[in-house]
Amino acid sequence: MSEPSDRADATVGTRWFEMTVALLLMAVAGLVVFDSLRVGIGWADDGPRSGYFPFYIGVLLLGASGWIALSQVFRWAQEDPPFAERGQLALVIAVLVPMAVYVVGIYLLGIYVASALLIGYFMFRYGKYRPIVALPVAIGVPLVFFLVFERWFLVPLPKGPIEQLLGF
Amino acid sequence: MEEIANLAHGFSVALTLPNLGFMLIGITLGVLIGVLPGLGGANGIAILLPLTFSMNPTSAIIMLSCIYWGALFGGAITSILFNIPGEPWSVATTFDGFPMAQQGRAAQALTAAFTSSFVGALFAVALITFLAPLLARFALKFGPAEFFAVQLLTFCSFVGMSKEPPAKTIAAMMLGFALAAVGLDSVTGTLRMTFGVTELLKGFDFLIAVIGLFGIGEILLTMEEGLAFKGKTAKISPKVVFHTWAEIGRYWKTFLRSTAIGCWMGITPGGATPASFMSYGMARRLSKNGASFGKGEIEGVIAPETAAHAAGTSALLPMLTLGIPGSPTAAVLLGGLLIWGLQPGPMLFVEQKDFVWGLIASMYLGNIVGLLVVLTTVPWWAAILRIPFSVIAPVIIVICAIGAYTVHSSLFDVFLMLGFGVLGYLFKKLKYPLAPMVLALVLGDMAESSFRQAMLLSQGSLSIFWSNPLVGSIAGLAIALLVWPLFGKLKGWARAKETTRGAVGGVR
Repeated sequence: MSEPSDRADATVGTRWFEMTVALLLMAVAGLVVFDSLRVGIGWADDGPRSGYFPFYIGVLLLGASGWIALSQVFRWAQEDPPFAERGQLALVIAVLVPMAVYVVGIYLLGIYVASALLIGYFMFRYGKYRPIVALPVAIGVPLVFFLVFERWFLVPLPKGPIEQLLGF
Repeated sequence: MEEIANLAHGFSVALTLPNLGFMLIGITLGVLIGVLPGLGGANGIAILLPLTFSMNPTSAIIMLSCIYWGALFGGAITSILFNIPGEPWSVATTFDGFPMAQQGRAAQALTAAFTSSFVGALFAVALITFLAPLLARFALKFGPAEFFAVQLLTFCSFVGMSKEPPAKTIAAMMLGFALAAVGLDSVTGTLRMTFGVTELLKGFDFLIAVIGLFGIGEILLTMEEGLAFKGKTAKISPKVVFHTWAEIGRYWKTFLRSTAIGCWMGITPGGATPASFMSYGMARRLSKNGASFGKGEIEGVIAPETAAHAAGTSALLPMLTLGIPGSPTAAVLLGGLLIWGLQPGPMLFVEQKDFVWGLIASMYLGNIVGLLVVLTTVPWWAAILRIPFSVIAPVIIVICAIGAYTVHSSLFDVFLMLGFGVLGYLFKKLKYPLAPMVLALVLGDMAESSFRQAMLLSQGSLSIFWSNPLVGSIAGLAIALLVWPLFGKLKGWARAKETTRGAVGGVR
């Protein structure tokens, strides 16, 4: 989602973000209205049907997001306020990607191993720590969480093959 | 005075050793949450909520509400020492708090901030003590139409009072309502908007939304600013504390005004953040030293902190009496009540006296404990912020993931949390307000069922909302608040015609 590079300066404009979010909301509104019509927006023998209330919610959402999209279209030729600097956006994506990988990691490896990897990666990559500093923290923090949740509060968290190997 | 007797009973509930212990734990956790970026009152409580399911409700709510007071106190520490508002409501505190720290008056600024927070909260709790039973008795007469009218008032006042564009407020709110409607319709048993996905059967849990929107979204926002925190140090000595107390006594007018603003904004769901800005703006306009605001004026710390804490506290008044939370954090507490099997609303004051008065008594005690804790432990909290963000950030992500997972022991929720995080980031950047969305998600089912019941009574005619003076005046007020921005627009438009540069109204 990057701005077409008609300008060379280092910020990314708000225009496309604004438009994309508004269109997404309109799509959601469309889904709500569509599904409300499916379950019925009128009255049955015992009172209003399931779609009665959500239908109007959908219509209002469509109206509000449509308004946002339209006013963005009318403002299109005007100056585009900056959304963020390119460097800032790069940082955000640099966090978002490991976060997504982490969530998939929880699914595959369990939360403890995935957490250790996430903390280690952050410290090594962004904190420029040497492995000798990063490793104890990366292993220690999930270990503390393990003791607090599994032992103290008896709340089981998702575990993966490594924990199974250790007999948990 | 029945209230005094009830309150005394409440103190006997709250003043037991375990409950005092939970208070201390709550305050400490709360300050920690308030200091750390990405963890705030709302998502901090959301994460800890599942751990309290096994506790008895009174102890649990005492601990959770103390986390809330702690977070309110903690926000001031980061704003004054690091110029980073730990919470949105402490943004206005940075305007004068950080300049004071730069001039070496950090201890005075912190003492003033904590004391004003305490004063604001105390007035608000007193208000709750005497107003809540009255309001609850009044609300016992409410039927579905009245309840829906009050909910309408809540949401309309968001549109009228928030500084975000009205269209975006409505869009965010309706998205919340739409998400709340997903899943099984409890009245007719019909599946709505699940599109055959089994995970959607139980709908979207607002706790997941809160953790994603406020937690992950905040981390993404903080990343933009880079990874380093640079701050001032502070040590508070008793001498400075007493000296500052003697000094700020002069500003009693500011205290009273800010408390009034805060209580009003907290009861109507304006929330702590606009209250703090409004109070700061008023103080600057009315103070003799208005010109030196922004350069380290102690009054500029007092005003926003008092208002924020008063608003944060009084947000619990409509939550307890009407079941309508005045802020996202109050909404999370409300969710907790529902999970513990307590139905918030006027009946709570009749059926759960121990619980209600224990909570109210704990508000007095919690704020006293909070004031003592923060005054004595400031250097430690400042030290925590010296831990680099490259260590704090992944740990907070892990905590959010654990919190999201433990709500329903579902991995799907962790994916959802990530999605809400991205949404939260985009919404914040594009100036969509998050609070109405969260409140709509919490109140969606309740609002829908009271609307449906009202419609059943009237056989589908909207005229039921004007059928008696009570519901009519609430509904009328709601409509008035809804069209409020239009007045502002008209005024601004007229003024812009007169002068070339129209002044931008409201708080900024």
